[in-house]
Amino acid sequence: MSLAVELRLRVHDLVETYGRLLDEDKLEAWVELFAETCRYEIISRENREQNLPLSLMLCDNKDMLRDRIFSLREANIYNIHRDCHVIGLVRVTQGVGAAFAATASYALFQSNQEGDSRLFSVGRYEMDLVEDDGRLLIARQIVVVDTGAIPTLLATPI
Amino acid sequence: MSASIQPEAGGQAGARYSFPAEDCSRIPYGMYRDAEIYALEQQRIFHGPVWNFLALEAEIPNPGDFRVVAVGDTPVIVDRAKDGSVHAMVNRCAHRGSIVQRALHGNCRVHTCCYHQWSFDLTGKLVGVPFQKGVNGKGGLPADFDKSCHGLQQLKIARLSGVIFGTFSDEAPPLAEFLGPLFTHQVQRLFHKPVRVLGYQRQRIFGNWKLYTDNLRDPNHGGLLHMFQITFGIARLNGTGGAQMDADGKHNLSWAAQGGRTDGAEDESYGDTGRGDMNIKLRDPSLLRYHKEFPDDLTLAISSLFPGAALQQIGNCLAVRQIRTRSADEFDIVSTFFGYQDDDAEMTRHRLRKANLAGPAGLVSMEDGEAVELVHRAIVRDGDQHSVVEFGGRGPIRDQENLVSDVPMRGFWMYYCKLMGISAGAAA
Repeated sequence: MSLAVELRLRVHDLVETYGRLLDEDKLEAWVELFAETCRYEIISRENREQNLPLSLMLCDNKDMLRDRIFSLREANIYNIHRDCHVIGLVRVTQGVGAAFAATASYALFQSNQEGDSRLFSVGRYEMDLVEDDGRLLIARQIVVVDTGAIPTLLATPI
Repeated sequence: MSASIQPEAGGQAGARYSFPAEDCSRIPYGMYRDAEIYALEQQRIFHGPVWNFLALEAEIPNPGDFRVVAVGDTPVIVDRAKDGSVHAMVNRCAHRGSIVQRALHGNCRVHTCCYHQWSFDLTGKLVGVPFQKGVNGKGGLPADFDKSCHGLQQLKIARLSGVIFGTFSDEAPPLAEFLGPLFTHQVQRLFHKPVRVLGYQRQRIFGNWKLYTDNLRDPNHGGLLHMFQITFGIARLNGTGGAQMDADGKHNLSWAAQGGRTDGAEDESYGDTGRGDMNIKLRDPSLLRYHKEFPDDLTLAISSLFPGAALQQIGNCLAVRQIRTRSADEFDIVSTFFGYQDDDAEMTRHRLRKANLAGPAGLVSMEDGEAVELVHRAIVRDGDQHSVVEFGGRGPIRDQENLVSDVPMRGFWMYYCKLMGISAGAAA
């Protein structure tokens, strides 16, 4: 079944907003792209391919996601950097148990204060999206990272 | 090995730096940046008379199962042979030195090198050489070539409660002696019943590996750098905890016990740092819940095993970490997280959520990667200047009844110097 062009554009907008809010350090606004019932998970391809459940980051409800961001703001110390998400073409499909599903590959570059940039992570987004009151929201975001050997540390979401 | 390193005590590299205090309360920066020191460590520490953590038996349950790990920077295959015995061998072909087993894990009958198809059985014995006798009597290996002399280099292994250790050295004491009673107990405590591997985490840190082993032996930084616990009122340095070592001081158990937070006169301890004065609640505190599962009251127990491993209990989040060095300036931490085979679905879920606290993205551990790199960057010069290790006092290495201490760091370095042939003290 082919999905309407307008819907595809709305999904593309959501994915663009997702990357942009992270890059602009608007993490609290980024959290609001998620539905109240949601899951955010970063898992290595190594674990995924062995059917091992361990994640690198796991928020299985929105409060955990809020706590994670609050902790980054108030408690954690991490490398001072700026993110740059380059998100590839988004594939939108009819969801299973969700309204729509979207997948895309991403590359995430990190730059330090001196403008030294490095490739921090590449991998794939697997998103389940829902409609809520005319708004598309993320019900589930699984980030499958190919860069399983995390350079230095993983603080800000991918 | 660098050709410039001499076989005698300390080598030239070791003589380059002095430890001005024999209690190792001063550590020369050069020990963390010098490539020749690094090369000497591979020989005298990782290939020396120590037991290196290799893997868990649960990772290779069936005959033919293997995993590729590392000892220092030497690639090592750990596998289980047909008779169920466990073996460890250098992953380097006896022919031309190629990596033999290219897969990270799997199951196989023989390990075959892709370069010239030499194959080695699960005990490391050379069993197959294509064209050994040439073709039609031409070419091939000399008639007196003895396959039995060209197996994969073996490590001696020892097992304790399903944990596999390996050594390159004939001089290593028996494992129980190397660990001592306390750390034998810590291994048995964490592996007291069959485990189920939940997954792996890897982290690459651009700093010297000993900055990480130092960090593991410095409980003092816990409540100052890792502010998650403080911010959310989970633990404080002035709670119940401490550090215990083996007789050599080379291993360290940093521990904290349930009900560790003691309210009262603590709040001035943080001085003017602007830290430690928050009283903020998590929206979802279920992450912090601890389901008691050991007979003792420890809620935090990190056993740092010389040279490069650590057993981790952070509440119900259990793992074993292995340091894999890459150069003087880079190392990986590979962590194997596990639960027990009799965990129910709810407990497994709890452990998986609890893993948010540990590893490269850990709410109470991410800072370590930053701290190691901050030090490593700043000590690029002035290798003869020193870091100061005096929390918990100078002099003999003693167990610590509090967390405001870095005495276990000195224990590590005193043993390290002994193996390296470097003398600490005024005479150095």
